[in-house]
Amino acid sequence: MKDGNWSGEIAERVRTVPPSGIRRFFELAEEQEDVISLGVGEPDFSAPWSAREAGIASLETGKTSYTANRGRRELREEIASDARRHGLEYSPEDEIIVTTGVSEGVDLAFRALFDPGDTVAVAQPTYVSYEPGVTFAGAEPLAVPTRAEDEFKLTYDALRDAGAENADGLIYCYPNNPTGAVMTREELRGVAEFCRENDLVVLADEVYADLTYGGKHASVATLDGMRERTVVFNGFSKTYAMTGTRLGYALGPSDAVGAMNRIHQYTMLSAPTTAQYMAIEALRRCGDDVEEMRQEYNRRRNLVLSRLDEIGMDCFEAKGAFYVFPKVPDGDDETFAEELLKQEEVAAVPGSVFGEGGEGHLRMSYATGKDELKEAMDRIEGFVARNY
Amino acid sequence: MEEEKRRELVEVLADDARRPAEDLARMLGVSTDEVKDEIEALEDEGVLRGYTAVVDWEEFDDDRAEAYVEVNVSLDRETDYVEIADRIARFPEVTSLTLVSGNYDFGLVVEGDSMNDVSAFVSEKVAPVPEITQTVTHFVMDKYKERGFSMGDGDDDERLSVSP
Repeated sequence: MKDGNWSGEIAERVRTVPPSGIRRFFELAEEQEDVISLGVGEPDFSAPWSAREAGIASLETGKTSYTANRGRRELREEIASDARRHGLEYSPEDEIIVTTGVSEGVDLAFRALFDPGDTVAVAQPTYVSYEPGVTFAGAEPLAVPTRAEDEFKLTYDALRDAGAENADGLIYCYPNNPTGAVMTREELRGVAEFCRENDLVVLADEVYADLTYGGKHASVATLDGMRERTVVFNGFSKTYAMTGTRLGYALGPSDAVGAMNRIHQYTMLSAPTTAQYMAIEALRRCGDDVEEMRQEYNRRRNLVLSRLDEIGMDCFEAKGAFYVFPKVPDGDDETFAEELLKQEEVAAVPGSVFGEGGEGHLRMSYATGKDELKEAMDRIEGFVARNY
Repeated sequence: MEEEKRRELVEVLADDARRPAEDLARMLGVSTDEVKDEIEALEDEGVLRGYTAVVDWEEFDDDRAEAYVEVNVSLDRETDYVEIADRIARFPEVTSLTLVSGNYDFGLVVEGDSMNDVSAFVSEKVAPVPEITQTVTHFVMDKYKERGFSMGDGDDDERLSVSP
C-alpha cells in the first residue's frame, strides 16, 4: 500500500463486482421528497406484536448470550414442524441450521458447496445478491434467463439453452423476487429432471413460500430424487415481516448443512439470539397474523393488476411474493423508471437491474398501503397517457 | 357473491368502511355492481348495522365525558335481560350495551358533554329502573385505543425507499 491508497489492495473478486443497480436507483429516489415508493423489497407491516413482545421478554430475562451454532434447539424443532406444511421433513438434530437471514444461509451454501472454478447457474431475473455471492465464493455464476412468455418460470429448456448441463449447482427463488412468479409442483418437474440428469445441487430460496396466492407453494425438495441434492432456504423476514431482525434457516441433507455449519461456527457463531426468541413465538402463535397479511397483500395485488390491465401495461398474473412485473410500453425500462420518478414521484425498479430477462419490465412492489398504491396507479396512468 | 368473497368483503369493511365500492371490487376481483348489491343485502340482513368514524375527541379539543357503567339487575318471572336492555339502550347517551359474565350483568358505555351530565344520566335514568339493583360508574380518564385504532402517534415508515 502506498500513501493510504487501497486500490491495489482490494481483492479482485470484490473489485470486479459492480455495486448493485438498486443502489443507484435508491440514490435517485432519495433526492426527491414525497416519493410514493413501489420500490421496496420488504413488508410494510411490522412484525406481529406477540413476536416483538417475545423478543422484549427475552431481553428482560437476560437472554443475551450466544446460542448453539445451529440455533436454539426449540427453534429448530418448531422449524421442523412448520416445514411439514410444505411437505418437507428435516431433522432438527443435523438437517437444519438457523442463519442470520436467508442471505447468510445462501452465502454459507456458496462457500461450503462450491470450489473455485465451479459454476453455479442463476435463474434470472433474480434477487441481486446471488451472482455476487457466487463470485465472492470464488465460483462462476452462469445466467439462466427465464422469459416473459413463460411467466418467468424456470424450465428444462431454459437451463439447457443457457448451457447449465456443465454447472455444479443451481440457485433460484420461487415465489420470485422480482417477478412475483410462482412454480407449481408440475412445473418444477422439468427443473428437477434437468438437475438429476446433470447432477446439479439445487439451492431453493423459498423465503416467499407463504406469500402465495390462489394456490399452494411447492418445494422442489419434495420431488423424487431431489431431497438429497437440494438445500431449501426460508426465513422470517417476509412471512413474519421481520426483515430487520435478520433470521433465516436452511434445510438440507446433514452433509450439506454440516458443511455450512462449519463456516457458520467460525464466522457468525450463532444467529441473533433475540431474533431466535421472536422466531419461536412467531412459529407458535403468529399463524393468524401471517394469514391476515397474506390476504391483505392479495387484495392489493388484485388492485394493482386490475389497474395495470386498464392502463394497458401488459402484465402476467404474478401469484407470489409482493411484486408484479409489468412490461413498459416501449421496452426501455430504465428511462420509464427514471422519468416516472422525476415526473410523478413514483419509484419502481427497472427490471434490467435484476439481470437477463428483466429488461423491458418494471418491478412494482405492492407492500405499501392501499391509498398510496391507488395514488401511485393514478399517477402511472397519467404518466403513460402523456408519454406513450 | 360466493361465500368466501362475501366473508372477505365483510372483513375488509369492518377494517375500513370508507373504501369505495370500485376499490373493493378490484381488491376482491368482482364487479362494482356485485359489491354494491352485496353491501345492500348485508345491510338488509342486519349484518352491517352502520358506519361511523373513530374520533379522537381529545385531539378535537372537545371535552366530552365517557364512562363505563357496571349494572346489576334482579330478574323476575315477568322480566328478562332483553327487556331491561331494550329499555336502557333506547337512551342516546348509551353508546354501547352488553350483557357480560362475572360480577355484574350489563356493561354500558355512557357519553355526555361533561362528567356532571354522565353522573346525572346514570343516577336519574339508569339507577331508578326498578330491576336495577346497583350501578358502578368508571369515568374514562384517557383513551389509548378504540376499535382497533391507536390514539397515539402512528409509527413512521422507516424503510429505505428502494431496496432489493
